[in-house]
Amino acid sequence: MTRAFFPYALRTHHPPREQSPAFEASGLRVHYQGTSCLALDNLTIQVRQSSKVALVGPNGAGKSSLLKVAAGLLNPSAGKVRIFGNPVGACHHRVAYLPQRGEMDWSFPISLYKLVLTGRYVHTGWLRWPGKSDYAIAQAMLEKFDLSHLSQRQIGELSGGQQQRALLARALAQEADLLLLDEPLNGLDTGAQVYLYYLMDQLALEGKTLVVATHDRGNLYARFDSVVHLEAGRIREISGIPCARTN
Amino acid sequence: MQELIEAFQFPFMRNALLAAVMIGVTCAVLGAHVVQRRMAFVGDALAHSTLPGLVIAHLCGWSLSLGGLVSALLTALLIAWVTRHYEIREDTAIGIVFTGMFALGVLLMSRAASYRDLTHMLFGNVLGVTGKDLGLIAGVAGVVLLVLFLFHKELELTGFDQTHARVIGIPSGAMRLLLLALLTLTVVTGIQAVGVILTNALLVTPAATASLLSRSFGLRMALAAMIAALSAFTGLVSSFFLGASSGASIVLACCGIFSLVAVIAALGNKFGVLPGNSAPIGPPSDQGVKE
Repeated sequence: MTRAFFPYALRTHHPPREQSPAFEASGLRVHYQGTSCLALDNLTIQVRQSSKVALVGPNGAGKSSLLKVAAGLLNPSAGKVRIFGNPVGACHHRVAYLPQRGEMDWSFPISLYKLVLTGRYVHTGWLRWPGKSDYAIAQAMLEKFDLSHLSQRQIGELSGGQQQRALLARALAQEADLLLLDEPLNGLDTGAQVYLYYLMDQLALEGKTLVVATHDRGNLYARFDSVVHLEAGRIREISGIPCARTN
Repeated sequence: MQELIEAFQFPFMRNALLAAVMIGVTCAVLGAHVVQRRMAFVGDALAHSTLPGLVIAHLCGWSLSLGGLVSALLTALLIAWVTRHYEIREDTAIGIVFTGMFALGVLLMSRAASYRDLTHMLFGNVLGVTGKDLGLIAGVAGVVLLVLFLFHKELELTGFDQTHARVIGIPSGAMRLLLLALLTLTVVTGIQAVGVILTNALLVTPAATASLLSRSFGLRMALAAMIAALSAFTGLVSSFFLGASSGASIVLACCGIFSLVAVIAALGNKFGVLPGNSAPIGPPSDQGVKE
């Protein structure tokens, strides 16, 4: 396995703490950048390992902000965040954030294979190139998600569903255990949505934890272990298995 | 052929070719990032903003490259300061600062003894490259290409997916600053070949030409470098035999190759020879094709 000589942000990869939730936040406050408006207001939540949790709520409810805090993309102004029992950044090779598709430049001239290979960069770090094992893992993930026949295709030439599968393949190539998906169903037709839900079920069965921000209200309770309703940066209600607790 | 060999028996022609190829290749490889990140305006601004530094260095008898470098760095800092302290977008700040710096350069030129002494700053004077200049150009080209090679995967990743880069700990802002620093260094040497006004052509045109031919970022860099080297050679030779400006000839050679490739690519797309290359320079189609 490739090990980084110079890890990004000098992060050491800590193992998960036993019995710890995949994601845990308490008293979380996050402000919108440059304003005094709260995106998350004194929010407390726990997501147990190997569960599927949906975050629902209107625009501005705090779904994306919560995912970004877990991914380390947003710094809370107050509160404590733990990922597998460690502080944010301590085991970030285990966290994959799948952004809304509009946040990526899909016109960039790289192939699907290379995109999936970028999932290995967290293990190679600075000044080190992916090795044979990294290429083998990327190839295996392409096969797992039925994308190997498209491996040399430029990423912008993939369909919306294929792009989501590519991002999932990259997350697994990264060996992430906590997958944070921001509106993955947007722009997908019904067939692609059904296939994506099927893949999410498979990943949960493999022990992955999925937290999914979604506007799709159809069959939520059958598809997820828990459904967290957010409103104005606070948890209004949690349905399903009590894997999270409100403020 | 004999005439061509004779042309390169002059030391100034050999120096000029070496300088033009090194500058062209460096600009082209860096230009692949510049084109993909839509930073062409920044490159143009940095090139223009070197003018006051060049003029002051010329008047005081200092190193022109150092004068240009200081001027470009000052511009980059001013742009960052204006953007941070005022509600002004970066492209607007660039527009204000670079035109101001260029105007200052022109004003200083008009106060100088002779415009003629300074026209080579505007249009380049690759035929006047000395052995010392050549060493400096080789040093800068080596450093820029080495840094691009060492940080290729991080620069590539932050070029299309800053979010993932930040999640795994790559500082995307610092990568952009690194690119700007390399751009500043490259632009200052580019001025030697084609001058303040035309340097951006070396950054943008070979990379844009390569983008018509390939959908692999690495291959685009290699193709852009080859196109730049070919343009440098063709432009230099034609300027020698036609008695024309060498900088303008090199840039026109770049444009000529772009036009030729654009026509071939259009025909190739029409007849299915180059599938999928129809819109490589345009804005991203971020949604992909529906299943």
